[in-house]
Amino acid sequence: MGLLSLLIALPIGGGLLVLASSRGMKAGGFRADRWLALLASLATFVASLPLWTGFDRTTWHMQFVERQPWVPTFNVEYFLGVDGFSMPLILLTTFLTPLVIIAGWETVKLRPAQYFAAFLILEGLMIGVFAALDAFLFYVFWEAMLIPMFVIIGVWGGERRIYATVKFFLYTFLGSVLMLVALIYLYLQADSYSILDFHSLPLSLAEQVWIFLALLVAFAVKVPMWPVHTWLPDAHVEAPTGGSVILAAILLKVGGYGFIRFSLPVTPDAAGLLAPLMIALSLVAVVYIGLVALVQQDLKKLIAYSSVAHMGFVTLGIFLAWGILSRTGELPGVAMGITGGMVQMVSHGFVSGALFLCVGVLYDRMHTREIAAYGGVANTMPRFAAFMVLFAMANSGLPGTSGFVGEFLVILASYQASFWYAFLAATTLVLGAAYTLWMVKRVVFGPVTNERVAALRDLNAREFLVLGLVAAAVMLLGLWPAPLVDVLSASVDNLASHIIQSKL
Amino acid sequence: MNGNVMGFLGACLPEIVVGAGICVVLMAGVFVKDGRHLLYLLAMSCLVAAAWVTGSGDPAATVLMPGGAFIQDPLTRFLKLFVFAVVALVFVYSRAYIGERKLAAAEFYALSLFALLGILVMISSASFLVMYLGLETLSLALYAMVAFERDSPVGAEAAMKYFVLGAIASGCLLYGVSLLYGVTGSILFSDIAAALQPGAAGQAGALVGLAFVLVGIAFKFGAVPFHMWVPDVYQGAPTCVSLFVATAPEVAAFALTLRILVDALTPIDMDWQLVLSVLAILSLGIGNLVAIMQKNIKRMLAYSTIAHVGFILLGFLAVQGGGLQAALYYTIIYVLMAAGAFGVVLFLAADGVDADQLDDFRGLNRRSPWFALMMLIVMFSMIGVPPFAGFYAKWWILSALLESGQAMLATAAVIFSVIGAFYYLRIVHLMYFDEGAGQPSVSAPMDFRVMLSVNALALLGLGLFPAGLLELCARVLG
Repeated sequence: MGLLSLLIALPIGGGLLVLASSRGMKAGGFRADRWLALLASLATFVASLPLWTGFDRTTWHMQFVERQPWVPTFNVEYFLGVDGFSMPLILLTTFLTPLVIIAGWETVKLRPAQYFAAFLILEGLMIGVFAALDAFLFYVFWEAMLIPMFVIIGVWGGERRIYATVKFFLYTFLGSVLMLVALIYLYLQADSYSILDFHSLPLSLAEQVWIFLALLVAFAVKVPMWPVHTWLPDAHVEAPTGGSVILAAILLKVGGYGFIRFSLPVTPDAAGLLAPLMIALSLVAVVYIGLVALVQQDLKKLIAYSSVAHMGFVTLGIFLAWGILSRTGELPGVAMGITGGMVQMVSHGFVSGALFLCVGVLYDRMHTREIAAYGGVANTMPRFAAFMVLFAMANSGLPGTSGFVGEFLVILASYQASFWYAFLAATTLVLGAAYTLWMVKRVVFGPVTNERVAALRDLNAREFLVLGLVAAAVMLLGLWPAPLVDVLSASVDNLASHIIQSKL
Repeated sequence: MNGNVMGFLGACLPEIVVGAGICVVLMAGVFVKDGRHLLYLLAMSCLVAAAWVTGSGDPAATVLMPGGAFIQDPLTRFLKLFVFAVVALVFVYSRAYIGERKLAAAEFYALSLFALLGILVMISSASFLVMYLGLETLSLALYAMVAFERDSPVGAEAAMKYFVLGAIASGCLLYGVSLLYGVTGSILFSDIAAALQPGAAGQAGALVGLAFVLVGIAFKFGAVPFHMWVPDVYQGAPTCVSLFVATAPEVAAFALTLRILVDALTPIDMDWQLVLSVLAILSLGIGNLVAIMQKNIKRMLAYSTIAHVGFILLGFLAVQGGGLQAALYYTIIYVLMAAGAFGVVLFLAADGVDADQLDDFRGLNRRSPWFALMMLIVMFSMIGVPPFAGFYAKWWILSALLESGQAMLATAAVIFSVIGAFYYLRIVHLMYFDEGAGQPSVSAPMDFRVMLSVNALALLGLGLFPAGLLELCARVLG
């Protein structure tokens, strides 16, 4: 079995084992399920490290490739491989899943075995999405992800969880089925489901536009882009802490990844034609959703809207390419935009995940997400406050944190396309700082506002470990982003030179 | 002469075995007191014997009976073997239910086998007359099965509706056949196809005949607007009969449509495709939308069947793109899913009370996590989410539609399946997200549990390793 297959099979197998182990377990006895879950997720993380160490940074070609016929009648293959785009996202997944399991260690009371198993199965499926190079296989993983997520939000979510999870499922399902139609169309043209064959497939402009739009629905819902973002605040608010973390940190990334893997290389001319629309939608997300985030009363909703705004940066960076080309004709600018988008995705994975973990810490103690219910938390939870402030700074793009790198690259690239793009994009530095720091001010600082806050206990060792690990990642990526950029560069350059060649 | 007789017997040996089995079961029912288990064993061994004679012999051979009215080829063998398996599954699921309710076991098994005989004859038919004989054998047996609980007013009403509407549909079909016979001078499918070649005389008469034949087909499938009987029959019949009605006859409906529309009426396919596309889209729309409103699981599954039928019909519109193979695959997967869903409904029925309300599913995950998981698999498979087999069925139909250039129909189909996702999700939400209170705990015999698990896990297995069945379907219809 290849490494990527192992990374997919290990968490899924572990998840099934956790489910099986929960039978006949006594309350209060030794809880084998959570140890098993932790073991499986850690084993997956360790197993994923060779992806980083053994990765050849000089080539854009797929690595760790596994290729076997799956459904020979239809040329469907079990075809896995990673390049600079997918490898960091797989590592992000394997890094965050153990943290999510530790975060749910004591706090999940209802059917914990099923909770852990759902996350492990979800992890395997997400790795499958990033590793699949056969469009059919990609779709299978893509859709299958919905099932554990549907259950996670629905079973362990908040009061309006059923509304939220059904909305989440139907939104994303609608996007996906249209993508399926587009993928089948591409298969009929290419006589293969290999994504690499799709990349080199000549298509007329009309075909490209239709395919682009069908894919757009699928990916835009996942990112989510304005105006199809409305499922996200509901899903986030109602999801359990772990669900919010995975949703924000990884599930949103499959949308941006989809643009990079499918929309740009398969339909470059349509993407160029519709790039102004995409940029407009991204800027609306950045500015308008930033304003919406400002007025939120609910901690999770605020972070959810901030996610939408930050993901706007990702799509902005990806679709800047044609603006830059028409003004300067320079490839490095294009590459900078795409690199910025990718770095922003990884960084947002850490930062939003961390913020949701922070909210989880507070929620476990106070059982409310209302900002107004807090105030002066720093007095009773100083260590927690330090983390919270760090992550808030990262969220508002402070230099030295990971949030800065991606935003800076994208703003720099957008300046090459148009001053106004850069102007509007840069408002996020103001807005982001405003809504994040204002939230921190109201929650963390000031005098202790009520007795419940006064009674708060600071982080225990488990929570400290989880937040500490994410904080280290945020700082590392902010101070020394070069390794990540190195990994990306060959793939980014190749994509940039691929998309400037018209398929017409 | 001797060869002819042997050929004759060889071609319809499975039907002869089933016919003999019916006689044995009926006799045993009369003479053996309280022979519930014996009857079950007799019916099952009849199925095994029939499957054995179907499966033995050259799998690739095509035998046409003298006169050309009855055919045995790889497709018929495949369909028959599948139907035997499905009926066996129905018997396993129904055994405890019949016992608990003290239903007349001999009659249930005998009528099921009668219906099976009708299905077998329909599958093998190569002429309208044989097709009609099979159809009527099947229908009469089903009418009686629906009214199985004689004292139940709902059951009697359902059976009456089914009978009256079914008789009208059969009449329409027969009238259409007589018109086609008048135009072409033959009731053999192959002769009709030859006589209807473009430019032949009497096309107008054939079109009128076609219209009536289509009514018959749409009724058997339960396609909108001839679907009115489906929800009433599913709801009114005892659950074990609903299970039967929802599964095996769908295979017969597929065979009926394939034989008539493709074998006999391909020369005028431009005319029936338009009608069929309207029927398909209406079925998808009405089936999925009305299912949302249902509170009774059997009724909901009835509308879900109607929606699935819409998908199967779409396959017949994409013949050039391999739509027939896709429709065959869809039919098989649908039957497995319906069997699983009704299996769970039977599984929940306890102490003589049917668990046919959606609310009966509340908190199933707490009462029986394993079978809640099985139902979850069936539901997500019905939605068409990978990695379950239902996805491949939808995907193949869409693929065939796109290959024959029907992008609009494909898009409409996927949009309706998103709408359809809602009511399947509701079952999952009731089982997993609600705690429920007061529902009885569930219990069922071991063979039932095992077969239900196999049934649901087959949907997962066929999704993870789809190549075998996909290729088989492509080959038997190739």
